[in-house]
Amino acid sequence: MLTLVLILIPLLVALVLLALRGGAVKRVALIASLAELALAVYVLASFQPDTTSQFSLSYHWIKSAGVQFAIGIDGISVLLVLLSTLLVPLIILSTFNHSYRNPSSFYALILFMQSALVGVFVAKDAFLFYFFFEAALIPIYFIAALWGGENRIKVTFKFFLYTIFGSLFMLLGLVYLYLQTPGTHSSLLTAFYGLNLSASQQGFLFWALFIGFAIKMPIFPFHTWQPDTYVESPTPATMLLAGIMLKMGTYGLIRIVLPIVPEGVQQWGLVAIVLAVIGIVYGSIIAIQQQDMKRLVAYSSFAHVGLMAAGIFSLTLDGLQGSLIQMLAHGINVVGLFFIVEIIFSRTQSRDLTQLGGITQNSPVLSVFFIIMVLGSVALPLTNGFIGEFLLLKGVFTYNTWLGIIAGTTIILGAVYMLRMVQKSMFGLQTTVTEQFTDLNLNEILVLAPLAVFVFWIGLFPNGFLKLTEPAVAELLRAMK
Amino acid sequence: MNLALLIPLLPFIGFLINGLGFRRIPKSLVGIIGTGAVVASFALVLSLFLNFSGEAQHIPVYDWITVGSLNISFSFQIDQLSLIMMLIITGIGSLIHLYSIGYMHHDEGFGKFFAFLNLFVFFMLLLVMGSNYLVMFIGWEGVGLCSYLLIGFWNQNPSYGYAARKAFVMNRIGDLGFLIGIFLILNQFESLEFASVFPAAAQLSVGDQGIFWITLCLFIGAMGKSAQIPLYTWLPDAMAGPTPVSALIHAATMVTAGIYMIVRSNVLYTLAPDTLHLVAWIALITALLAASIGLFQNDIKKVLAYSTVSQLGYMFLGLGVGAYTSGFFHVMTHAFFKALLFLGAGSVIHAMSNEQDIRYMGGLRKKLPITFLTFLLGTIAISGIPPFAGFFSKDEILAHVFEHSPLMWGLAVIGSMMTAFYMFRLLFLTFFGEFRGTHEQEHHLHESPFSMTLPLIVLAILSVLGGFLNVPAVLGGSAKLSAYLDPIFAYSKQVNPEAFAETHLDHSTEFMLMGVSVAGAVLAIVIAFVLYVSRKSVPAPDAEITGLPKLVYHKYYIDELYDSLFVKPIQALSRVFYNVTDRILIDRFGVEGLGNFVRGLSNEFRLLQTGTTSFYVFIMVMGIAAILMYSLRTLIFGN
Repeated sequence: MLTLVLILIPLLVALVLLALRGGAVKRVALIASLAELALAVYVLASFQPDTTSQFSLSYHWIKSAGVQFAIGIDGISVLLVLLSTLLVPLIILSTFNHSYRNPSSFYALILFMQSALVGVFVAKDAFLFYFFFEAALIPIYFIAALWGGENRIKVTFKFFLYTIFGSLFMLLGLVYLYLQTPGTHSSLLTAFYGLNLSASQQGFLFWALFIGFAIKMPIFPFHTWQPDTYVESPTPATMLLAGIMLKMGTYGLIRIVLPIVPEGVQQWGLVAIVLAVIGIVYGSIIAIQQQDMKRLVAYSSFAHVGLMAAGIFSLTLDGLQGSLIQMLAHGINVVGLFFIVEIIFSRTQSRDLTQLGGITQNSPVLSVFFIIMVLGSVALPLTNGFIGEFLLLKGVFTYNTWLGIIAGTTIILGAVYMLRMVQKSMFGLQTTVTEQFTDLNLNEILVLAPLAVFVFWIGLFPNGFLKLTEPAVAELLRAMK
Repeated sequence: MNLALLIPLLPFIGFLINGLGFRRIPKSLVGIIGTGAVVASFALVLSLFLNFSGEAQHIPVYDWITVGSLNISFSFQIDQLSLIMMLIITGIGSLIHLYSIGYMHHDEGFGKFFAFLNLFVFFMLLLVMGSNYLVMFIGWEGVGLCSYLLIGFWNQNPSYGYAARKAFVMNRIGDLGFLIGIFLILNQFESLEFASVFPAAAQLSVGDQGIFWITLCLFIGAMGKSAQIPLYTWLPDAMAGPTPVSALIHAATMVTAGIYMIVRSNVLYTLAPDTLHLVAWIALITALLAASIGLFQNDIKKVLAYSTVSQLGYMFLGLGVGAYTSGFFHVMTHAFFKALLFLGAGSVIHAMSNEQDIRYMGGLRKKLPITFLTFLLGTIAISGIPPFAGFFSKDEILAHVFEHSPLMWGLAVIGSMMTAFYMFRLLFLTFFGEFRGTHEQEHHLHESPFSMTLPLIVLAILSVLGGFLNVPAVLGGSAKLSAYLDPIFAYSKQVNPEAFAETHLDHSTEFMLMGVSVAGAVLAIVIAFVLYVSRKSVPAPDAEITGLPKLVYHKYYIDELYDSLFVKPIQALSRVFYNVTDRILIDRFGVEGLGNFVRGLSNEFRLLQTGTTSFYVFIMVMGIAAILMYSLRTLIFGN
């Protein structure tokens, strides 16, 4: 029941927002998202770390077809529910210094988005999963297309087509699986898990499902929608995309691909992992020369996601645990970084590293938060990024020594591009656009401080998070054998 | 709570107070808090040292990362090795904090400086106190961060920022090696705790393949942190940081972390003679290369920086020939005299209004008597003149190298002659002869305040007497340090007793070796004296340096080589990936190509929509027929 409430709160408040006008809109949106977070924290606190699905609810949706509205939270989804409820209030708060046209639609779309995202992470039925997966695309498409930058129409259209293209393959795969279920058919994911599929069936199903998720993350070479979309979208949308939405892809791999087509993963896992590792190095190397801070962070995100995917396909406990905790950590870091880029842009009207410099002289507080987010992102020990990357790299290394070493170059290249970004924006001499820079206001601190706390909390005490997911992950790996 | 936990915690609290209160806390209080935290920590270390039972003490704090059977705890280990390191870190750390109160007094980033320095001490203590490789790794990367922050401390200067990033990135290359070493250890021993890994390793036999790779990867980590070929070029550039930083981080403590790591892992290295062999040769080449560069440098800090790289080479050389204690002994004496020399250089730079080029100094001994005298003692110590500290530690290394290979010994002696030469060249050019700077500088010349000269005096005493901690038997000593550290090497002795057998050298040979190296050093000093005091020659201006000296003066163009081998190609690759692969190959040909293909297809199919009803009916009938045929295919065609 509580799971349903988690989906409904943002949905219903979004509808209310459409009727509201003026300054109250953003405050109502913030309060709703905080209530949602409070509920999620309660759910998390009463969550039992075992292999079961908890706070479940299910009723027949299309009874004759065996399609159910089945939701619940288990070890695989619990951290993602936390991620989507933790980040949304911060993303909403981050917009308070900015007034967007037509606020009621803007904030309503953000909450619609949250509702769909939570839905994806708690769905236990394949068609329900697909429904939420697609439903999440609609609000983000409109936010990007209506409030985005100059090239928004071309770019968002590309993004839309790209992901729809991937989703169609996925739908095809899911329908095929559905038709394989015995009797009157069932679309419950658990029904798909038990299917006895031949090796060749699993082979093509792997690709049908994988491409959908690979585009969403994205994995090389399905990524070219991503940097443009991140850059052209208004920053709250970029945060939603990079912070939460891309995790639908990594989550999908663990929830759908691994348990349903384990043999397909055995056949094609090496190809997937190689693509993912190529993405790590390729994205990092591109990030080294970017001048636009937003595009730089976009490419770094692409590189980091590659490591998560590689860890998942390593099929090791370390790799999977690492990918789950890294999904949370990456969401926190990338939202922090995009917000800092937005703060710099809002004061200087520039994200161009050739025009920036010396910001730290007027804004020590911003510098500290920036450095903290960068440290998390380059995986310094005692930050959240280290826990994820250590486990992920260990997983990939166990899978294949050379791939592990190549993936490991992320800790070198990440330092190269991140420190370059810090150097060119914060240090050096002030420029004409940064002379009048003002330090953070209270509102901005209120967004960045919780993120910074999580950077160190997860880095210092990861076991609180790891133990929530371990039984479910261990069971998944056991069932795959 | 265990009092030992306070040792790293106090500097951390100092960091928080000075960091959060930056610009609000008055400078005098900042200095007291920052220095007080480290001094208090030193007092605790001292009491721990004096009350140490001889048994390694394991202090668990909490379980840090638990996944499946992997359980990495956050815990400390107090034993002989970590105690000595802690004494060095907090002891010399205290002196350098005290010195910084005077040295950084006019800097507006005073509070930030002390915060970073405290944070460094915290991470450095974690590095040596950790009871497993991952806690060591926390400290390892943490000191790298502090080094980055402090090299780029004057962040408005882009070239300092570049030096800081270079240091961090080169260290990260080494860190990847370390991390892979950690994975290999986990795969082989299923634990990272020293107390589990080392006894298990002691069951293996010398030459074990797995151990070879582990030790090799760990050594790559050491190359980065301790500036050995090929990852040494960051250290000379790191001199961009304030001078106390160079003394503490880039001479006395952080850069010796690699030696600490190998001494800590001594049983693994004893099992891998091939790695040791590699360590010895890389160390020797580094020592010679860096010393030769030092011969021609004119920046007072650059000379000391290359000297540090070279001396680190001597420490690794000791480890490489299996003489762990000697290498570690040199860490200790080097910490004394090199910290002294850097702080002395800082005192000179302070007096010279930030001038660092020794061509514009000269005759400073009259104006800076304490600095001169202490600097002289440090110079004698590093040159290996008995009975100063450097003599004992270097001599011990050389004796072991001779046993290992007389050729290497010969090369090492040449290196130590170069050391004596460039150090006395530096001393003579700075403190002797006529003053060569501007009038303004001359007018401003002054001895440093007491807070700066006191550390110089203390370190000078240590540089003179430090060697007596480990006087070898041949000189009638009892090798106290070796005896104290003995338990650390118990497993090494177990796996390869021969490597630890008493020296084969008879006393007359040992005296001969000592005589040769001391005579060499004295000869080098005399040459330096003739050149720079008697003949009063001054190194040529940059533009007039030609030929071989030019090659050496420009550090053999190694930086330029790395730039064109690695930096430039990666930058070019970055542009190709972005502009060609991403924008054109994947996006235009791949994605848009697919779009165009679909559009082309739809153009073809569009033609089918003729608008003629009869055509549609025809198609429909054909379709139904096809479906029927398909459904009835078994009936018509049989199975």
